[in-house]
Amino acid sequence: MDWINLLLLPVLRSVALIVVLLTGFAYLTWYERKLLARFQVRIGPNRAGPYGLLQPIADAVKAVFKEEIVPNMADKAVYMLAPALALIPALIIWAVIPVAKGVPAIADVNIGFLWILAIAGIESYGIILAGWSSNNNYSLLGALRSSAQMISYELPLGVFLVSILMLAGGFSLVSLVETPRAWWEWIWLWLMFPLFFICILAETNRSPFDLPETENELVAGFQTEYGGIKFALFFMAEYINMITTSAIMATLFFGGYRLPFGLLGDVIWLGPFVLAAKVIILLFLFIWVRASVGRPRYDQLMQFNWKFLLPVALGYMIITTLLTVFLK
Amino acid sequence: MAIDYLPLLIVLIVAALFAAIALVVPALLGPHRANKQKLEPYESGIIPFSDARRRFPVKFYLVAMLFILFDIEVIFLYPWAGVLRDLRDNYSIWLALAPMGFFLFVLIVGLLYEWKKGALDWK
Amino acid sequence: MPGLDALPFPLPTVQQVIFILIAGMTVTGALITALAPNLFHNALGLVLAFFGVAGVYVLLEAEFLAVSQVLIYVGAIATLITFAIMLTRGMMFGRTSSTNRLMLSTAIISALFFLVLTGLLVNVAWPEIGAELAGSEQMIADLGEMFVTTYLVPFELMALLLLAALAGAILLARD
Repeated sequence: MDWINLLLLPVLRSVALIVVLLTGFAYLTWYERKLLARFQVRIGPNRAGPYGLLQPIADAVKAVFKEEIVPNMADKAVYMLAPALALIPALIIWAVIPVAKGVPAIADVNIGFLWILAIAGIESYGIILAGWSSNNNYSLLGALRSSAQMISYELPLGVFLVSILMLAGGFSLVSLVETPRAWWEWIWLWLMFPLFFICILAETNRSPFDLPETENELVAGFQTEYGGIKFALFFMAEYINMITTSAIMATLFFGGYRLPFGLLGDVIWLGPFVLAAKVIILLFLFIWVRASVGRPRYDQLMQFNWKFLLPVALGYMIITTLLTVFLK
Repeated sequence: MAIDYLPLLIVLIVAALFAAIALVVPALLGPHRANKQKLEPYESGIIPFSDARRRFPVKFYLVAMLFILFDIEVIFLYPWAGVLRDLRDNYSIWLALAPMGFFLFVLIVGLLYEWKKGALDWK
Repeated sequence: MPGLDALPFPLPTVQQVIFILIAGMTVTGALITALAPNLFHNALGLVLAFFGVAGVYVLLEAEFLAVSQVLIYVGAIATLITFAIMLTRGMMFGRTSSTNRLMLSTAIISALFFLVLTGLLVNVAWPEIGAELAGSEQMIADLGEMFVTTYLVPFELMALLLLAALAGAILLARD
């Protein structure tokens, strides 16, 4: 058996993936702070290094040397486990996303769709565990709200994915990007994109759906009792989730690593850069929404999902079925 | 082959190791000056008078239950969605649409029933 | 287990090593579920066991089943259980007894069930498919086809069953 191909290569690729994602996370925080500052006619971080570019490194050093506190009422083992469980799914979902022609980040497993679904389904555990183990009213209420929100928005997301799958006709993300689509398919897909993006915002607990951590009512929600590096891990999970979901959206809706109209399709090394560019544009969307949209009430949030998004997703799926059967 | 999934297991292990290192190393580096007040649960500055062992609205339970049922229905859609065009080509349009049409009809009846019964209201 | 015995050398194969790890994880999860004094820890043990079972499904090359297991059991049912624990007074923290009056009869029934399962395991001639299984994508496609052909009636009946469960859920959870 070829041990180098079997073990060493995946390990190296995993390590490389994590390093890239951590760098991405660090500079996403900088990107967000700079952009939010611009939206609010401020300058943003500009002290550490040119344009504040060293700010993420300073933040990281600070988080690492903070005092570690475990509240005396907490369930210690679960309390320590929670940040890890929040972070791991965000990192491993990347394994099946194609970064260049025929090259997935880690493994081409034919069932990329299902991998994404399964991992997305377990993302709420870190939050539930954090809320329960802290033994704090704010944490518990935040966790309960957050997990109910995440599972609710998973449903329309799942139904939208069924529609995409129907048009693609296969479970592999690598082949999805390469399969040519008719013009009406692109338009039909892009019609769905705003709704899909709303689901993603709710799934990643991003503003305006950051109700688990509404600072005016729940302090910091499920992460109230977390400080230092443990808080940083939750923070990291949220931001890496933003990067991950952007990459998924780029792959599903915007041709992933490909340039429009098949430009320079043979230059394989260009793939990761094209994907990164698309991710950066989508991340801008996350931050733009955060800067512009106010937070809904919790009941509005849940009703919007069950009474609007889910029926619309089902309707969209039914029309997609007919389109697929009669037009493709 | 099941061995194709080994890279997924490896990335899981590497990510878990990274999380473990990220949790342990800073705990050794930082100062340790804990005291009783510092370790109290945060309660907006007052001394906690009730612990978090209270009960929560049953609404959350209902949401989780509805989620299970719809999740099961949605997961059955995936294999069908993957072969929709093959069904049309190998059998007939009727076979591609009718069985899932009935399945979806039942699902939508369920959703409407919930709606009528007020299970989707958050008041 | 396909492929487990196919290789000629006596060293444990990669699949065997992984199987042992997964089996150990499943059993650990199950033991935590049964024995830990804290109800929430029980629920987490159950999650671990569910994951282990999903891993076994992957080893058996039933990827779709594995994903369903993770999505439905880990993502939905275990979440429901943690919610139920959070909603119930006095069950969230501290120790609860994991046994009750029925301990003896439960133990006997469990032992009998274990015997039945062992008997099945030893006596049934399990089909050995070996490495001739279709690719994962093809198997999911076959599944999708069978839903609307061979297993049409059970499939539609299941929809009705879920509808009944839905009505029951609303009936139970309404104030």
